Amino acid sequence: MAKSFDVRRQPGFTAIAMLCFVLLYLPILLLVAYSFNAGQSISQWEGLSLRWYASAWQNDQIQSATILSVTIAVTAAFLATSVAVLAALATTRVKPWRGQTVAFAMINQPLMVPEIVTAVSLLIFFAMIKVATGYTGLWYLIIAHTAFCIPFAYMPIRARLQGMNLSLEQAGADLYGTPVKVFRYITLPQLWPGILAGGMLSFVISLDDVVITEFVKSAGQDTLPTYMLGQLRRNITPEINAISTALLAISILMVTAMFFFSRTRK
Amino acid sequence: MKRTALLTSLAALIAGTAQAEGQLNIYNWGNYTSPEMIEKFEKEFDIAVTITDYDSNDTALAKLKAGGSGFDIVVPSGAYVPIFISEGVLMKSNPNEMENFSNVTPRWVDVEFDPGREYTVPWQWGTVGISVNTSIYGGDIDSAALVFDPPEELKGKINVIPEMIDVMGLAIHYMGGEQCTGDKDVLVKVRDKLVEAKPSWLSMAYGNIDKLANVDIAASVNWNGASMRARLQNEDVKFGYPQTGYSIWMDNAAITADAQNVENARLFLNFIMLPENAAMLSNFARYANGITGSEAFMDADMASAPEINIPENLQGAGYISKSCPPEVQKIYSQIWTELTK
Amino acid sequence: MSPSRTRFALLAPAMVILFFAAAGPLVIVLVYSFLIPGDYGGVVWDFSTDAWFGVVAERDFFTDQLSWADAHLSVFWRSIKLSLMTSVLSLVIGFPTAYFIATRPKGSRDVWMLLIMIPFWTNLLIRTFAIMELIRNEGTINTVLIAMGLVTQPIQMLYTEFSMLVGMTYVYLPLMILPIYASMERLDFSLVEAGYDLYATRWQVLRRVIFPLVKPGVVAGSILVFVPCLGAYVTPRVLGGGKQLMLGNLIELQFGQLRNWPLGAALSLTLLVIVMIALIFYVRAAGNEGNAHG
Repeated sequence: MAKSFDVRRQPGFTAIAMLCFVLLYLPILLLVAYSFNAGQSISQWEGLSLRWYASAWQNDQIQSATILSVTIAVTAAFLATSVAVLAALATTRVKPWRGQTVAFAMINQPLMVPEIVTAVSLLIFFAMIKVATGYTGLWYLIIAHTAFCIPFAYMPIRARLQGMNLSLEQAGADLYGTPVKVFRYITLPQLWPGILAGGMLSFVISLDDVVITEFVKSAGQDTLPTYMLGQLRRNITPEINAISTALLAISILMVTAMFFFSRTRK
Repeated sequence: MKRTALLTSLAALIAGTAQAEGQLNIYNWGNYTSPEMIEKFEKEFDIAVTITDYDSNDTALAKLKAGGSGFDIVVPSGAYVPIFISEGVLMKSNPNEMENFSNVTPRWVDVEFDPGREYTVPWQWGTVGISVNTSIYGGDIDSAALVFDPPEELKGKINVIPEMIDVMGLAIHYMGGEQCTGDKDVLVKVRDKLVEAKPSWLSMAYGNIDKLANVDIAASVNWNGASMRARLQNEDVKFGYPQTGYSIWMDNAAITADAQNVENARLFLNFIMLPENAAMLSNFARYANGITGSEAFMDADMASAPEINIPENLQGAGYISKSCPPEVQKIYSQIWTELTK
Repeated sequence: MSPSRTRFALLAPAMVILFFAAAGPLVIVLVYSFLIPGDYGGVVWDFSTDAWFGVVAERDFFTDQLSWADAHLSVFWRSIKLSLMTSVLSLVIGFPTAYFIATRPKGSRDVWMLLIMIPFWTNLLIRTFAIMELIRNEGTINTVLIAMGLVTQPIQMLYTEFSMLVGMTYVYLPLMILPIYASMERLDFSLVEAGYDLYATRWQVLRRVIFPLVKPGVVAGSILVFVPCLGAYVTPRVLGGGKQLMLGNLIELQFGQLRNWPLGAALSLTLLVIVMIALIFYVRAAGNEGNAHG
């Protein structure tokens, strides 16, 4: 076969991928641009200014909402991914067992029910606990978020696990590796892309959630989305754009650092 | 809340520690509470305030009914106050016996939704009328026909806020009825009119200030304060008061039935009845407040705004919006579903 | 430990969380769907099947005549249609993108993946508003088109089914790309090479070799997009302009302004049944797939 023939190439795929990246970033660029707008509006350009950064910096409500959003998302994504890995191991690559369908339906249940329904039922259920125990802390939100993140974490992990090469694990077991060791040194590294995908999806899903949070939150527990929902009726201020741009900048810095880290490691 | 205290308060949130001594938890519409005023209150009484947002009376009611969320103050709309009271989520705190109650404008003392003010204190009030871009439509703007029988210039450029009570009220009065009517002849006409008008509407959405200013929409059933904000961005936007009848609403602060910080909440109710504090609220939220003497402390552009000061000849057309009886509400629901499907 | 006990131990944490914060409370919804609506929201504890009846039929308040609840049916239809279209569009864009990333050198794949994810670290509402800004009449796209002389009048994109489709595709795209990527990343390209050695065309290789190997990822992605779309709330509300409800909005209305919680509950459970049926097909398909590989 001629050397120039690239078996990986599919005509048009690179073009579509590039288009996809452009489309993904177009709204984001607009958002960044408007965060520097001097005017009141999120849609009318009136010149360059940092006023919204200054006013977001002074807005306690936005700041505590941001911190809360990130705290909940990180915790919930971590918990959801951890339990999803275990659940995926129990439901994938095993002989079909009684109750497998039930387990599967259970895991995916949060996907199947519109948010508002889970929200209303959680409102009633958690309120009973709140009244009974007097505890009004963050764990209600964290547990609620973890629950609806589980299917999003589970799906990519399961997809990765399906058809993953069993021979290495068998070899490991043949060499008297304990199940934990086999998992730690053989399964986990192979599973890693799935875990990463699941974790990132959960993080994003948690960060975006409005309706369930709105119904579960207690006093002082506004997240960025519920804070914005409250503003929706009146008007969204560009402070939101400013804080989002700041978060974006931080994430891009982190990604860049990771990129250089992975290159030097080679 | 100081920035340095943010992390501490976050830690407290996770731990869910019991309410501290000087604490007050306000549950209010988003972007509606003047941060300046809150800061002043915190300093004056050494009380830490948290503000949590909601976006509809129904959500607030559902949450308070379920209980346990730790809110001390809530700000329901007048039409919902009797419901909040009968559902038992408000505390009878007798604000009418408070020191600053004498500042409440007489017209807002003996209101139908809370006679004599045993539960609530005025927060902000306003009207639901029609914002019109007068460079696109030059005719009379004080008419509900702009929305229900729109002129050619406005067709396809109309927005209607998705507030069932206000929109139904506007349409019923336009068709010659009264708010909360159960008269089926009128209601059939209302339904047909709404369904007929819908294709001329671009949207039924909130957040129309920018769109009015940018002429994405040329007219909107709207709140007066939002219309004023749009005018400050684009002077062509005028606010019309439909002669056939337009609704007047008032949002009211009250103490919740399961409040943990009742004394602080009482301090707060008394605090917002002081003219200079009420003016801070108005300067932030851009609506009138129902406290006599607050005008002196209000921004100059508010005192003269035609959106805030209803013209003499149109004052009679306004009616104070109320909640309709359940059997009527059912019919309205059916019409509303038909309209928004 | 016996296999079944291991399995139990592995599943327990997920099941406990799901039971308390998702599936368990759903029982409340089921009970509510058989009660009478309270006058001001909530429920009255009297047994009734009115809510279930109300999902498909309604009694006209004026003529008292019974008819199909075509308002509900048209919302159901719109939701299913738009969710299918969103899934297909996401697949058409997402599959090649995932493929592109999976064929990058090993070290840079994670970076490409993160590049996909970064836009999604920005809040959903903010992204939706940014899209609105792009496509509204006086917005960026129309302004550019008019300036270039391609159109004279702005194209009405906002508040149409088109804008809802675009918005939902944008919002749910990573849910398609990530699972496909996760199963494509371990694709063995020697199989692809073997395909070409047998004189297969690129299309044949794609369809006969690559696609079957990454099918679990495609199926997972399609479900992750289709199902949340059905119950979507924010995007239709902002980009649909409130004139074209989707199921999520209709249900929210019942729990909100329309104060008919039992009907809201019955509508949700109807949605649940639709999704269940779709998922049962998936379990069958995926189950067979798993056995073939295992």
